[in-house]
Amino acid sequence: MINWIWMTMLIIGLIFAVINNRMDEVNAAIFEGAEQAVTLSFGLISVLVFWLGMMKIAQEGGLLKALSKFLAPVIGKLFPEVPRDHPAMGYILSNMTANFFGLGNAATPMGIKAMEQLKVLNGGKDEASRSMITFLAINTASITLIPTTVIAIRMTYDSQNPGEIIGTTIAATIVGATSAILIDRYFHWRRTRRKKVR
Amino acid sequence: MVILSTVSMYLIPVLLFVILATAIYKKVPAYETFVDGAKDGFQLAIGIIPPLVAMLVAISIFRASGALDFILAGIAPLLAMVGVPPDIVPLAIMRPLSGTGALGIMSDLIAVHGPDSLIGRMASTMQGSTDTTLYVITVYFGAVGIKKIGDALKVGLLADVCGLLAAIFFVVLVFGSM
Repeated sequence: MINWIWMTMLIIGLIFAVINNRMDEVNAAIFEGAEQAVTLSFGLISVLVFWLGMMKIAQEGGLLKALSKFLAPVIGKLFPEVPRDHPAMGYILSNMTANFFGLGNAATPMGIKAMEQLKVLNGGKDEASRSMITFLAINTASITLIPTTVIAIRMTYDSQNPGEIIGTTIAATIVGATSAILIDRYFHWRRTRRKKVR
Repeated sequence: MVILSTVSMYLIPVLLFVILATAIYKKVPAYETFVDGAKDGFQLAIGIIPPLVAMLVAISIFRASGALDFILAGIAPLLAMVGVPPDIVPLAIMRPLSGTGALGIMSDLIAVHGPDSLIGRMASTMQGSTDTTLYVITVYFGAVGIKKIGDALKVGLLADVCGLLAAIFFVVLVFGSM
């Protein structure tokens, strides 16, 4: 799937570059894209190192387990294949909490840790499990309380009320996240139905 | 709103305090545990580089070649029929593909139309209410080595469509008609 999307974007892009005579721009774009990717990854090193260190302490101290036990009745319904006291549940919850408060930097390491644990639960296969897809869907919908970057940009352009979009953002986020969960459920239902027919 | 930003500001320090407090209570050697856990951070970040380079280069080429503009020109009239203002369409398309690309378009829209215009508010809401699906998939699945992504992309993109339409709907609802 991702293979096809990648190849389609590249091939269509290259064909358009010829048609539009934009070879210079495309040559520059190749190196800009690569550089941007490396810059992003390097920017992640600092937060990953710090938060993975702190999360290890939280794990050893039993904090992740306690958090999972506390919130599992709600979140557990979304992830029926994850045992309530599994470390994956703790990481999923920490990731959602961090996203909720707009702490993207802290959310990513916890999300990666959650994925790692979900992969263990799935027998270490290189295939996305049901829980992984659900977790990803929730993350792409990003349930956020305060869109800090957006507010900062609005302030830069002298908005009368930079925070006025918080309400609409939360409403849109809730619709997005709810649809993510429903669409995820629908695709899961379709997959299992197909298996039964076979 | 003041309460919310205060909560956000205190969240990390409080979290750190709670983690350390439980470490003391459970007699966990905090420093050694931190160093041990932090070791993985570098490897993880480096592991993300190959998939991210692949994806961002493809998106850059797709944009720079004019292919994205071509698709936008085709889709904009269709979306206009459902009530989506044409100015906002490039942002809606870019949002799931590239976070920095979307941020660029959003800043541009706000600069041109003003932050308190309908378009400006719409752009702000769109940018804040959803995350870059392609980036999230690349980072999370790339970091742990998932190759067969199943329905993940379809689910993510369809949810984005719902979220983006909801953003337009709520802004029109709250801030008046076009």
